[in-house]
Amino acid sequence: MSRNDIKVALIGNPNTGKTSLFNQLTGLNQKVGNYPGVTVDKKEGTSKLSSTQNAIITDLPGTYSINPTSLDESIVLKTLLKKDIKESPDVILVVADVENLKRNLLLFSQIKDLEIPTVLAINMVDQMHRKGISIDLSLLKKELNTEVVLISARKNEGIQEVKEAIIRCHVAAKASPLCGVNHKIDPDYFDKLKEISPNYSLYELWLMVTQNNFPETITKEEKEKLLAFKQDVSKLKKYQHKETIYRYQEINKILKKTYIVDKTKATNLRGKLDKIFTHRIFGYVLFSLILLVIFQSIFDLASVPMNFIDTTFAQISDFTKSNLPQGVFTDLLTEGIIPGIGGVIIFIPQIAILFLFIAILEETGYMSRVVFLMDKIMRRFGMNGKSVIPLISGTACAIPAIMATRTISSWKERLITILVVPFTTCSARLPVYAILIALIIPDKKIFGFLNLQGLVLLSLYALGFLSAIIAAYILHKTLKVESKSFFVVEMPNYKLPSIKNVFFEVVEKTKAFVFGAGKIILALSIVLWFLASNGGSSYQNAEKSVFENIDNQNLNEDEIQQKIASVKLESSYIGILGKAIEPAIKPLGYDWKIGIALITSFAAREVFIGTLATIYSVEADDEDTTTIKQKMASEINSDTGKKRFNFPVGMSLMVFYAFAMQCMATFAIVKRETKTWKWPLIQLFGMALLAYVSSFLTYQILS
Amino acid sequence: MSTIASLHIGEIGYISEESLESIPLKLLEMGCLPGAEVELIQLAPLQDPLYICVNGSHLAIRKETAAKIQILKANN
Repeated sequence: MSRNDIKVALIGNPNTGKTSLFNQLTGLNQKVGNYPGVTVDKKEGTSKLSSTQNAIITDLPGTYSINPTSLDESIVLKTLLKKDIKESPDVILVVADVENLKRNLLLFSQIKDLEIPTVLAINMVDQMHRKGISIDLSLLKKELNTEVVLISARKNEGIQEVKEAIIRCHVAAKASPLCGVNHKIDPDYFDKLKEISPNYSLYELWLMVTQNNFPETITKEEKEKLLAFKQDVSKLKKYQHKETIYRYQEINKILKKTYIVDKTKATNLRGKLDKIFTHRIFGYVLFSLILLVIFQSIFDLASVPMNFIDTTFAQISDFTKSNLPQGVFTDLLTEGIIPGIGGVIIFIPQIAILFLFIAILEETGYMSRVVFLMDKIMRRFGMNGKSVIPLISGTACAIPAIMATRTISSWKERLITILVVPFTTCSARLPVYAILIALIIPDKKIFGFLNLQGLVLLSLYALGFLSAIIAAYILHKTLKVESKSFFVVEMPNYKLPSIKNVFFEVVEKTKAFVFGAGKIILALSIVLWFLASNGGSSYQNAEKSVFENIDNQNLNEDEIQQKIASVKLESSYIGILGKAIEPAIKPLGYDWKIGIALITSFAAREVFIGTLATIYSVEADDEDTTTIKQKMASEINSDTGKKRFNFPVGMSLMVFYAFAMQCMATFAIVKRETKTWKWPLIQLFGMALLAYVSSFLTYQILS
Repeated sequence: MSTIASLHIGEIGYISEESLESIPLKLLEMGCLPGAEVELIQLAPLQDPLYICVNGSHLAIRKETAAKIQILKANN
C-alpha cells in the first residue's frame, strides 16, 4: 500500500450486488483480515483506478442503515467515525439497487451527512427496462449533489466509470450534507449539539450520542457534554424516528423528479416463484429435496477426491521414508507432518462442495425463503431460521458447518448454533459406530424386514440431532449473552448465481479453513506423533525385550514387527498416559488400551480404530476390518476373563463418541470463529462431561 | 384497531400515523413508514413469520413485531 492510494470504503444494503462490484473492482487482489477484537472478517482489495492511481477498497458488511443492530453493522459505523488519517476512508462508494432505490438512498443520505466525499453506484441497471424503470441521471446528480454512476456489476458494465468517479470525487474533495438533522426536528436542541465540537459534523456528533460510539480522537470534555445529551432516552428515540421520516420525505421529493416506474411494464416472476418456494407444503418438500441433493453430493462427490488425497499422502509418506536416511527428522516428516497436512487437506472436498451449494443458495435468494420457513421452529430452541443449514451440514463435518453460521446476525443465536453443531453425527463417527455395531449388535432382522444393526445406526443419528436440539434449548434458557438483535429478513429478488461470486466465496471459505484451523490441526498432529513415538527406558528397549521373549514362538518377520510396535506404543508417553487415565475410565468399562485410543482419537474420531488396530497388533486397513474386528472380539478383559468388547462396553463407547467433542479440528474452528478460548473450552469440557456421565450410566445400567 | 398481524394473504393495509412510536427504528429504516402500503404476501405455518411487501421492500418479520404495527385496512 502506497501513501498515495485512495482509501475507499464500499458500503451498501445487503443484496445490492456489493460483492459483485467488489470482485469486479479488485479481482484476485483481495485478502481477508480481522477487525481487531470482533468476530467480523475485514475484506480488502487493491484496485487499479488509472495508470497512475491505485485504491485500497474495504468491503464493509452489508447494512440498511448506519445505526447498527448487529455486530456486522457496527463495523460500518466504527469505520466511518474514525478520524485517523491512516484508516479513515477518503471516499465512500455507496452501492444501491436500482429497483429499491428509495430504501437504498436512506443509507446514502446518512453517509452523505457525514460530509465525506461520496460516490453513488446504482447497480443492476440492466434490469431497468424489464422493471419499467427510468432515471433522469443528470438531475439526480444535481439533486443528490454527488457523483452518480449507473452500473451492472455482474455484466462488468460501468466499472470504468466508477473508477473515474472515485478519482474525480477524491480530487474535488468536496462534501456537503444532504438532509442534515437539525432543520425540522428541534433546531435549538441540534444547535446546542453542534456547539460541542467544531471538529465533527453535526451528524457525526448526533451518531456519537445515539449510538454511544465515540472515536478515540474525542476529548474528555467533549465526551462528557455529549453524554449529557443521552440523559433523555425517549427523546433520543423520538428524534431518531423523526429523522428517519424526514430523510424519507426528502428522498421521495428527489425521486419524484428523477425516478419513474411504469408498473404495467414490470413482470412478476418473483410472485410466481414465491408461491411455490414459500408454500406451506411444497416449500418444505422442495427444501427437503434440496437437502437430499446436498447430502448426497457431500458424501458421494467428495469420497473420490478424499480417497485420492488419502492414498496420495500415504504414498508421499512412503516415498519420503524410503528416500530419506532413517532418523528422527524423517520420522517426524513421515509420521507427523505429512499425515498432519493430509489430515487438513482431506477436509477440502467436503468443505468446497458444501460452500458451493451454500453460495449458490444465497446468491439465488433462496436462502431467505428457508429462513422464513424454518424460523418459527428453530426459535423455540434459541436458534433462528438461519441455523438450519449449519445443523444439516454438521452430518458431513462440523468444520464447514460452524463456518456456515456466519450468516446468523444475532450473536446469541449464532453462538448456540456453533455450540450444538458438533452433536450431529459427522462422517468421522461412522467408522467407529460401524465396527462397534458389528461387534455387539447381532445381525438379525426384526419384524422380518428391519435390519437391527441398521436400526441402531439410524438411532445414533437421531440421538445426534436430538441432543443438539436439547442442548440448544438448555443453552437458550441459561446463556446470558448480550446480543442486540431484531429479526427482519429481506426477501431478495430471485437471481441466477454469478459464477465469479460463487467461485470467490468457495475459494475464500476453503482458504480460511486451511490456514486457520489447519495450523492447529498440524501442530496437534505433531504433538501426538511425538508422544506416541517417544518414551522412557522401556520404550528404548522395546525391540530387545521382544526378541528375548519370542525365542520359542514361531513368528514371521511381519508378526515380530507388529509385536515391537505394540510394545513400543504401550511404553510410549501416550501409553503411559493411557495407563494414567485408566482408573478414571474403568467405571465406563474401558482399559488403558481403549484409553490410548480415546486420547489419540482427539485428533479425529476415526483414529480410534487405527489406534486400537496398532495396539492389538493388526495392520490398519479399511478393506480388512474383519481382522481388526476379530482381534477386538477376542480381546479378553483380564479382570473378568470374559470378552472386553461386550454389549455394555460397546454401548458405552458409542454413547461416548456420540457426545464427546473428539475432534481437534472442531476445537480449532470454534476458537477461530468465536475468537476466544472460552467457548471452545466450555464446549470441549461440557461435551466431555456429558459423554463421561452418559457412558458411565450406560455401562453401569447395562452390566 | 387492526395490525399487520391481522391481514389475510393478499390483503392490503396502510400503516397508521399513530403507530410511529411503536415501529422499531430498523423497520422504519427499511421502509415501514406511517402511511405506507403493506401487503401480506405469505404466512409461514403457525402464522409466523409473516412475509410482507411494504414501500417496495419485501421483508419477513416475526408475528410479535407485526402485531405492534397498527394499520388501516383498505376498503374493499
